[in-house]
Amino acid sequence: MIEIDGVRKSFGRLEVLRGIDLDVAEHEVVCLIGASGSGKSTLLRCVNLLEPVDAGQIVVGGDEITARGVDVNALRRRIGIVFQAYNLFPHMSVIRNVTLGPRKALGLSRRQAEAEADELLRRFGLADKRDDYPDRLSGGQQQRVAVVRALAMRPDVMLLDEVTSALDPELVAEVLNVIRELAAGGMTMLIATHEMGFARDIASRVCFLDAGVILEQGPPARIFSTPQEPRTRQFLDRIIEAGRL
Amino acid sequence: MVYAVTHSPGWPEVEAAFFDWGAYRDSFPAISRAFLLNVKIFLIAEAFILVFALLLAVLRSLPGPVFFPIRALSIAYADFFRGVPTILVIALLGFGAPALAIDGIPTSTTFWGIVSLVLIYTAYVSEVYRAGIESVHPSQEAAARSLGLTRSQALGWVVLPQAVRRVIPPLLNDFIGLQKDTALVGILGSVEAFKQSQIEVAADFNFTHYLVAATLFVAITIPLARFTDWLVARDRRRRQAGALA
Repeated sequence: MIEIDGVRKSFGRLEVLRGIDLDVAEHEVVCLIGASGSGKSTLLRCVNLLEPVDAGQIVVGGDEITARGVDVNALRRRIGIVFQAYNLFPHMSVIRNVTLGPRKALGLSRRQAEAEADELLRRFGLADKRDDYPDRLSGGQQQRVAVVRALAMRPDVMLLDEVTSALDPELVAEVLNVIRELAAGGMTMLIATHEMGFARDIASRVCFLDAGVILEQGPPARIFSTPQEPRTRQFLDRIIEAGRL
Repeated sequence: MVYAVTHSPGWPEVEAAFFDWGAYRDSFPAISRAFLLNVKIFLIAEAFILVFALLLAVLRSLPGPVFFPIRALSIAYADFFRGVPTILVIALLGFGAPALAIDGIPTSTTFWGIVSLVLIYTAYVSEVYRAGIESVHPSQEAAARSLGLTRSQALGWVVLPQAVRRVIPPLLNDFIGLQKDTALVGILGSVEAFKQSQIEVAADFNFTHYLVAATLFVAITIPLARFTDWLVARDRRRRQAGALA
């Protein structure tokens, strides 16, 4: 579903991605772990073309998205992304946040877009928040709305960029449960996360990013119990020390 | 203090020249009628200014080297018309353009007065809009683009609605400035409130007639200010109370 091949990305003189190769199969859930600044978020933003890549290519669903002259807007409709800071539109109610993409980018009628949005909101326990503005919602509710907003575009792939990092601890679970449900439903996902316990539960594969390269990858059981690389061990030791695993 | 002023020597002369109730009543109807022209100039100019200024601000925010000439032109425009005294532009166009006596060029002084005000205030108001556009965090545009919206859709549905809401108070400040500057059109001979009061003063050397014009200007500014306060409060209420839409 996603094929990333030799992707490089620099910001000025800082090389953030130094040759990333990664394939994500359909229905697979791949978690990216690693320290802040290791390039997880940048990689996700590259897959959604929010950042242009400097070298390498990315293929999504058979189409090379890094090719010249590609229809960026058409492509983004197939790839949902959820951000760390939710990025809901504060001047719109929940229902309008969720239906903006389907109505403007997919050209759905208001009635149809709202019918589908209501269905999604019900499924994720947000039906009663439909007409609220984002300021009124808790962080967990806002992030669930952000997930619904991305899902409303019926994407083939979901990219989740540290979606629980801005949340109070007691609100993390409700968001993770939503993602678990998506995984159970067979959604293909590429997830950057600091929640190691969650990654261990949900991932088909875990990739450890370090200084812009994937240093080690494999099934979560192996990565978390018997990491091969010293850098991976060091990272996981620090996580355990911090009580996060 | 009121007592001290009204009982000082010379007060009767001041009162007769500036606060003559009889003169106030006599000229009020004529100056009020003339003031309708100020309101008309204001309303027509404002409608054009709001549209042109927004256009100018958007042009100035176009990214990339391709749009450099457009950006440079819009910056030059804003710099020039914010630098030139309003009365100079009004005199230049109001006396100059009709004097050309070319077929098809309007000779109405009020018309050229309005054109001058639109030219000047478009430059000011575009700066206000621009500040608003820049105050919307880039992540808002990223979120909109990630849903597959085009750049202009993201601008129109996500960035501008938030930008405009934020600049309503400074916009009102410019509205008030414009409303006051409509008096400058009087120098061209258009009989608006200031010109009318000049005529009245010339007839009996009683400056109270200027006071009539002054009270009319103040009388329209105060409701305008309260209206803006109400708009801002309504927006805040809506976003925080939710469930009203």
